[in-house]
Amino acid sequence: MSAVGDHRPPRVSPLNDPRVRSIAYQVLLCVVILFLVWGAVDNAIDNLAKARIASGFGFWNATAGFDISQTLIEYSTVSTYGRAFWVGLLNTLLVAALGIVFATVLGFLIGIMRLSRNLLVSRLAAGYVEIVRNLPLLLQLLFWYNAVLKALPELRDSILIPGGGFLNNRGLFLPQPVAEPGFGAVLAAFAVGIAGALAFRIWARRRQERTGEQAPVLAVALALIVGLPLVVFLVAGAPVEFVYPDRGRFNIRGGIEVLPEFVALLFGLVIYTAAFIAEAVRAGIMAVSHGQTEAAYSLGLRPGPTLRLVVIPQAMRVIIPPLTNQYLNLTKNSTLAVAIGYPDLVQVFTGTVLNQTGQAVEVVAVTMAVYLTISLVTSLFMNWYNARIALVER
Amino acid sequence: MKRVFALTIVAAAAAFAATAASAQTLNTIKSRGVLHCGANGTLAGFGLPDAQGAWTGLDVDFCRALAAAIFNDPTKIKFVPLTAKDRFTALQSGDVDVLARNTTWTSSRDTQLGLNFTGVNYYDGQGFMVRKSLKVNSALELNDAAICVQQGTTTELNLADYFRANKMKLKTVTFASANEAVKAYDAGRCDAYTTDASGLYAERLRTVKPDDHIVLPEIISKEPLGPSVRHGDDQWFDIVKWTHFAMVNAEELNITKANVDEMSKSDNPDIKRLLGSEGKHGEALGLTNDWAYRIIKQVGNYGEIFEKNVGQASPLKISRGLNALWTKGGLQYAPPVR
Repeated sequence: MSAVGDHRPPRVSPLNDPRVRSIAYQVLLCVVILFLVWGAVDNAIDNLAKARIASGFGFWNATAGFDISQTLIEYSTVSTYGRAFWVGLLNTLLVAALGIVFATVLGFLIGIMRLSRNLLVSRLAAGYVEIVRNLPLLLQLLFWYNAVLKALPELRDSILIPGGGFLNNRGLFLPQPVAEPGFGAVLAAFAVGIAGALAFRIWARRRQERTGEQAPVLAVALALIVGLPLVVFLVAGAPVEFVYPDRGRFNIRGGIEVLPEFVALLFGLVIYTAAFIAEAVRAGIMAVSHGQTEAAYSLGLRPGPTLRLVVIPQAMRVIIPPLTNQYLNLTKNSTLAVAIGYPDLVQVFTGTVLNQTGQAVEVVAVTMAVYLTISLVTSLFMNWYNARIALVER
Repeated sequence: MKRVFALTIVAAAAAFAATAASAQTLNTIKSRGVLHCGANGTLAGFGLPDAQGAWTGLDVDFCRALAAAIFNDPTKIKFVPLTAKDRFTALQSGDVDVLARNTTWTSSRDTQLGLNFTGVNYYDGQGFMVRKSLKVNSALELNDAAICVQQGTTTELNLADYFRANKMKLKTVTFASANEAVKAYDAGRCDAYTTDASGLYAERLRTVKPDDHIVLPEIISKEPLGPSVRHGDDQWFDIVKWTHFAMVNAEELNITKANVDEMSKSDNPDIKRLLGSEGKHGEALGLTNDWAYRIIKQVGNYGEIFEKNVGQASPLKISRGLNALWTKGGLQYAPPVR
């Protein structure tokens, strides 16, 4: 009387249970991979020891003994290899960060130009994209470096920049502002301005949602962020002193120094990457159906707000993923700095430090870890942004 | 990219090649049928392929001598052009069998880098080249100057030391290749270019107007340049070492490329031992007994390759100086073959 309700599946041996089997296979695969990795590491250590090549990170605190042309932090020839690593890393981050900002601006500009109804403008943009993205970046960098160097005068014929700057083939030298007591108030005013602008924007948006009335957000924000600190600056009696570059027998000392290597690298990276960003932007905008624009027009929106409020937000969803790729490419391409003498991480660390210490395995591993980290952080941020602007389905 | 490739190779080789450090270099070369020689590739007088792709230079001829000793054929050789920065990695990873690339012998390279220097085939020292128009007569006047330098060299370190020792300020502009460094110097990016003095004379010829540049008198360092091999293969180390000694001994005994056949009939026991008609010194090295005969017959003695590549018969016209034989007031001295 009981067997009727018994629906349990027939008992199978664990050997034939698909669940057990799949787990077993995966565990086996992990073990094999771990074994291979362990074997490779162990073998490397063994071989390095056999060849009596030094290993480990003992070199990190040893004196480097070489000079670096651009240092954002304190560095001299008696600093350590570890310090040289940070100098190189900061130089890489500097050129990558500035490169991303400028390439984005230029890329959006060119991308929108390419869609212009003005034939001259769109053809110019198309020509730019086709020429720039089809030439190897290394050639372009060498071109910019030599173009920058050749076009500029020698030290003694420096171009004088009004206000105490110099421009010559050693770089661009500008007066460096140094804060005096009282400058803190200006910074405080700047912070207050930003907070105020943000608050005003939130208030304006709420009011618009409630009543439909628009407020001049841009003008008010500009007044708060730029105007307020400026007023405080003037009231406090301009608490800034300038350190002027000084021309010596060979070189210019003091002030802000922008190396030609840096300019050439930044130029090359921005111009090259902007061409790809322009294509991504063009594709993104074209992916928005024309019906959206027509609908906006029929609601009475002018072309400006149509682009800003209807087309771009939808285009961004298509633009962001390829844009992320371009940001990663720009960062990685900055390693070509080696060719033109800009002291980025690869030039300083994987170049001189590796050569002086001979510890290829350690140095290359650290460098790869750094680029991996930078790239992962960039794509994490971009993925977060992409999720934020993704289509919200209600 | 050669560099990335070499680095990958070293990582991979370190990880997987279990035989990297064993004493097999000579057998490997013999079974491969060709010697892999790490050479400069851009430095006239030391290592430079001409328009036809034929390599010339003091270091290049050293490798040819090795190939002659092993194969009785100085053309069984593949030259691998290396930058200063990549050279040690290439040797460590087994990419090349011997590194003959005007490389300075230093203690850290001899120990930490896992290399053995086999001798000194050129005694050099570091100097500076400047534009005549700067009106500089001494390196001590270079305070605050911008100086172009090649990366990964002792030059880079000596430069920093020299300026620090003399309490002078320095602006270094570092390039991965000597080519780029010289080009930037020539374009006015730097006030001075620095490298080993022998290199300065060669690089000066590559500037747009060589007559506008002078080499300053100061020599700021000792740069004993020599070939090197990997740690861990004593037989190969001996072969490379004695190839150089054979050439120096040949010069001392007045054996030249032209008269070597005649000399092999000589009764002088030193000559007989060197050229292999007496004793089994070649076999002890793992070569044939006429190893030195092959070297001299096919490449020449030390003095001959010096004059041909960097001396009076070359555009560089460097005098023997420290590189003269010890019997003529120089430092070139080889232990006897016996």
